[in-house]
Amino acid sequence: MMDAFAKLAYLLAAVLFIFGLKRLSSPATARSGNWLASLGMAIAIIATLAFEGVVQWQYIVVGVIVGSTVGGLFARLVKMTAMPEMVALLNGFGGGASALVASAEFVKYYEAGGIIPVNFGVAIMLSVVVGTLTFSGSLVAFGKLRELITGRAVTYPGQQIVNALILLAALGGVVWLVIAPHNWPFFIALAGLAFLLGILSVIPIGGADMPVVISLLNSYSGIAAALTGFVINNEGLIISGALVGASGLILTNIMCKAMNRSLANVLFSAFGSEVQEIGPGGAAGDRTVRSLTHEDAATMLAYARQVVFAPGYGLAVAQAQHEVRELADMLQERGVEVKYAIHPVAGRMPGHMNVLLAEADVPYDQLYDMEQINPEFERTDVSVIIGANDVVNPAARSDTSSPLYGMPILDVDKSQHTIVLKRSMRPGFAGVDNELFYQENNSMLFGDAKDSFKKLIEEVKQL
Amino acid sequence: MLEELVVLFVIFVLAMFVGFEVITKVPPTLHTPLMSGSNAISGITIIGALIIAGAADNRISSILGAVAVAFAMINVVGGFMVTDRMLHMFKRKPEEQKK
Repeated sequence: MMDAFAKLAYLLAAVLFIFGLKRLSSPATARSGNWLASLGMAIAIIATLAFEGVVQWQYIVVGVIVGSTVGGLFARLVKMTAMPEMVALLNGFGGGASALVASAEFVKYYEAGGIIPVNFGVAIMLSVVVGTLTFSGSLVAFGKLRELITGRAVTYPGQQIVNALILLAALGGVVWLVIAPHNWPFFIALAGLAFLLGILSVIPIGGADMPVVISLLNSYSGIAAALTGFVINNEGLIISGALVGASGLILTNIMCKAMNRSLANVLFSAFGSEVQEIGPGGAAGDRTVRSLTHEDAATMLAYARQVVFAPGYGLAVAQAQHEVRELADMLQERGVEVKYAIHPVAGRMPGHMNVLLAEADVPYDQLYDMEQINPEFERTDVSVIIGANDVVNPAARSDTSSPLYGMPILDVDKSQHTIVLKRSMRPGFAGVDNELFYQENNSMLFGDAKDSFKKLIEEVKQL
Repeated sequence: MLEELVVLFVIFVLAMFVGFEVITKVPPTLHTPLMSGSNAISGITIIGALIIAGAADNRISSILGAVAVAFAMINVVGGFMVTDRMLHMFKRKPEEQKK
């Protein structure tokens, strides 16, 4: 009877999750959707406490207090520019929690001394493997995004073979432990292998491929939750975990498409581990780029009819989103049409730029997806590229020898003028020289994006 | 035993389809909140964690359960709160803003 109540409550929670996600289809309803989903979670938690026969409270109370405090502090204190790290970390905790639940189930069976039914055995071991590798992989992703460890791809000879062997060993361990579960050291070793696999499979992936990795880890954390559902025989976990798993997979797929690369290529090719100094048209050094003064740039912008801002990861690094908005407002007051062009993989996670610009109060109807904005560039007087590089490289359209070839890009080079804000001539993440910089209608504005925008604002004021 | 597993698997696959249907409709603008929000949802593992931590089976599984509760709670509270913080910022063009 109690069990039936609990199950119905979990079903209600899952339905609320689905409605919540559905409301995310528009920014206008999204916030209420998030509230619905949190209501679902509250119902699930209360139902568990009420109907699942809790006999001791001290561990629960401690866990809930610690977790809520830490989670709440993270959520309040994190900067919008650091959102990719935050999500990476959350993925990790989700995966870790699932692995811990499965491990606790293992301990329970182990202590009881009975046989573990095969279906539970499989679910427990897989849940431990997926959960643990999500945990360690997310920590590495976090470290890379925070630049605690190098953001570039870390490679060594035989890397893929080593990873493949570890994966095989882990799978072998799963099979072994399902057949003969009463083996403590083996269980620990399995968790250790999964932990190692998480680390080793993320380190060869470079910074700009992070959107793919975070999406994939997001998916894993959902799959881990679903597997835990198989462990404790709970449909609520399975449905919710599957929703998250699907969501992560869709995002992964979108990100891969936006880079015109397969998932396997992202995961295994160690893209961006080395910097090619040679551009497609010969040595990079012997071509000239034009740089311009802030004054000239300000004049160009102030007398334009349409200006498009194309932000990239550099915007997040420089934290220049507020200055960009301020300049955009001033331009709009002067009658300039201002639009923002958002490439799907600009930044370090899906939707990264949108969140930054939203933080700076840029209305979301000024943000345009790649497909929407590309036909606009021909009508654009000035496109301002802020710390984006590979996503605006025309070589992706024309140069079949470029590693970027085939990647859909923002066609900024079709506008009358382009201004590239950049700290130096260093190539972008892909290590490829950017044709755009050498084009006749392009000018470079070197320096920190935030400083540059402050100067531009001053200059426009004086016009 | 096997039938039970198959039933659960059926639920899993169907839920994946629901997920695909719902999530393909989320616009790119909201992809970051989608990730953090769905992340919070994956904190549903909290159910398993609470059951384990509250069951008094043995000391080790209780402690593992308590840590799992803390981890899942970070996921749930952190995820939903940060998503709300982000979504709060997504605004349409205000009426009073002159063009």
